[in-house]
Amino acid sequence: MAVVAFDAVSKVYPDGTRAVSSMDLEVGDQEFVVLVGPSGCGKTTALRMVAGLEQISEGRLRIGERVVNDVPPRDRDIAMVFQSYALYPHLSVYENIAFGLRLKKVPKDEIDRRVRQAAHVLDLEPWLKRKPRNLSGGQRQRVAMGRAIVREPAAFLMDEPLSNLDAKLRVAMRAEIARLQSELGVTTIYVTHDQVEAMTMGDRVAVMRRGVLQQVAPPQELYDRPVNVFVGGFIGSPAMNLLQGRLEDANGSGLTLRLGEQALALDRALLDARPALRGWVGRELIAGIRPEDLHDAALERDAPQDRRLRVDVQLREALGSEVIVHARIAAPPAATEQIEELTEDLGVRTLDAGSGGEAGAAETAIVGRLSPHSSVREGEAAEVAVDTRQLHFFDPETGLGIYDDTPDGRTDL
Amino acid sequence: MEASGQAAGQAVALPRERARAGEPWAARVGRAVARGPLNILLAVLAVMWLVPTLGLLLTSLLPATAITQQGWWNVVAHPSLATWENYRAIFANSAITSALWTTVQIAVFNTVLLVVVASLAGYAFAWLDFRGRDWLFVGVIALLVVPLQVALIPIFTIYQDTGLFDTVLGLVLFHVAFGLPFGIFLMRNFFIGIPRDIMESARIDGASEWRIFTRLILPLGLPAIASLAIFQFLWTWNDLIVALTFGRNTQPLTVAIFSQTRQFGSNIELIAPASFLSLAIPLVVFLAFQRFFVQGLLAGSVK
Repeated sequence: MAVVAFDAVSKVYPDGTRAVSSMDLEVGDQEFVVLVGPSGCGKTTALRMVAGLEQISEGRLRIGERVVNDVPPRDRDIAMVFQSYALYPHLSVYENIAFGLRLKKVPKDEIDRRVRQAAHVLDLEPWLKRKPRNLSGGQRQRVAMGRAIVREPAAFLMDEPLSNLDAKLRVAMRAEIARLQSELGVTTIYVTHDQVEAMTMGDRVAVMRRGVLQQVAPPQELYDRPVNVFVGGFIGSPAMNLLQGRLEDANGSGLTLRLGEQALALDRALLDARPALRGWVGRELIAGIRPEDLHDAALERDAPQDRRLRVDVQLREALGSEVIVHARIAAPPAATEQIEELTEDLGVRTLDAGSGGEAGAAETAIVGRLSPHSSVREGEAAEVAVDTRQLHFFDPETGLGIYDDTPDGRTDL
Repeated sequence: MEASGQAAGQAVALPRERARAGEPWAARVGRAVARGPLNILLAVLAVMWLVPTLGLLLTSLLPATAITQQGWWNVVAHPSLATWENYRAIFANSAITSALWTTVQIAVFNTVLLVVVASLAGYAFAWLDFRGRDWLFVGVIALLVVPLQVALIPIFTIYQDTGLFDTVLGLVLFHVAFGLPFGIFLMRNFFIGIPRDIMESARIDGASEWRIFTRLILPLGLPAIASLAIFQFLWTWNDLIVALTFGRNTQPLTVAIFSQTRQFGSNIELIAPASFLSLAIPLVVFLAFQRFFVQGLLAGSVK
């Protein structure tokens, strides 16, 4: 049990690439912190620096009271679960789990006790004599977990441990790992590119982009108050719709957000939560609307006219519990470097993101999560009601979220 | 129709033998005919390769007089001609037995030493970071093209000066030296295919480099080590030129047999069994170790 602290830690490769830039992060004792970000954002490098598998170029890394910059991996008292599981193929499940203990010269009966206990907890008892090649993916994953557990380390490091499992198993193991971690109370750093894992598992989530830590916060806060457009777009599934808008004063009765030819009246609660918005009247900004804040207007008859948007439905995906609707809206898309990066990470973010940016077209693909009772149909126009209390706003220049009256609208990191 | 469909399905799931048992005979005949030309070709090739060896074996079983008068193929028709007398004789011949012992010493020691050095070096070249590693490895590769013959005379001089001439150690060292480029190359290329994660995992689990080498690399490298050991054992067992150059009284079996050849007359009754013996032992070694050639030893470690 220990605190793991990054103090201005950087990783610079010989060719000058900065994989991690001046990272500050303190993972509290027994805390579960998830590092998340698109591929190549430096999250795995950060984890490998904690493990001692990667040299630290600058800054200091502490585990417990010790600065471990120059401590070899075996003396760091950490256990790591690899994406590939990295099981020892020639050893049985039992020996795989016991490997670390044998190296530490733990007495035989103590090894046996710990291995059997771990096997019990992980439901591995029937397979202790098998070799890894005779196990299923989920079993291998659990062996890798068992190997980490029996060590009783100061910290667990997990590098995308679930990404090789199929979707169903992943959901089950996600809960399993979270449960184990809270039972064992071991400080854990967990790397993933899957924001659902990040949101469901972490006490706090650290979002990284291009080697820079963007925001560290509990999942809900990350969702509610993303520090910038990157975090806003990365957290949440389907991703937040990002549109270019203009804030206008509606004859003193409040503010409206103009999106193309349409306008949305902003809720007063929104202005209270984001006082800095008043400084943006008459200026272009990036508006973020989460898919879950869009509703089928046909089902919400009392939604006022000035909180509705007209869209052309392109595709309807009925999931049973909800309907994901892909549509186009006559409003320009937001385009910044951060948003482009999000798009690249997802491959193709929208149905036809390519045409969205065409000059004059000024159309943007948006996604809504509607009630399963929604009757919107593909190829038809529809009206969606927007929950304007939940809108997000970002500075188009810096990408930062617009919240308080601080000079740059920035809240604490 | 249904039965044959079932059999076809079984053939996928079951070992071929069992699948065949449930197959209609027509299908079996059909397959044999379809594969006929290939099987015949393989059989012819196998016989062609085996005839000299078989001839040597049968010759070695004949009394000296019978060999010159009758030719070995007559044993097939008259098995009563065969006798173990020649073998009894060579085991009673101290020149042959001591040569055999020398061969065993050379082949075993040089193989063991080569495997140890090559696997250590291979591990270093594959997984340790040190200055000039890649250039050094290029150097090792370059040594692969140096033919052993060019070194015979210079090393003969060195051996004369250092007292290694005519010793088992001298022969062992020479064989190891010329086995190393290939050995290191083979080991390094095999080790580099072992997933890095496994070693990193061991490192985190608390293993030192030495432990990683002994507990992971060696067991995982067994197929490569077995291949190298078999190759080296066969090469050095069958070596003639090196032993001829660097040994006078230290004679391995090949040299001993060679020195039994005469310009006139023949002691074929000695050469034939000794040659067959010299051939059979490596064959046994090969058969004993070939099970380590199993592929897929790494399956299941990393996805």
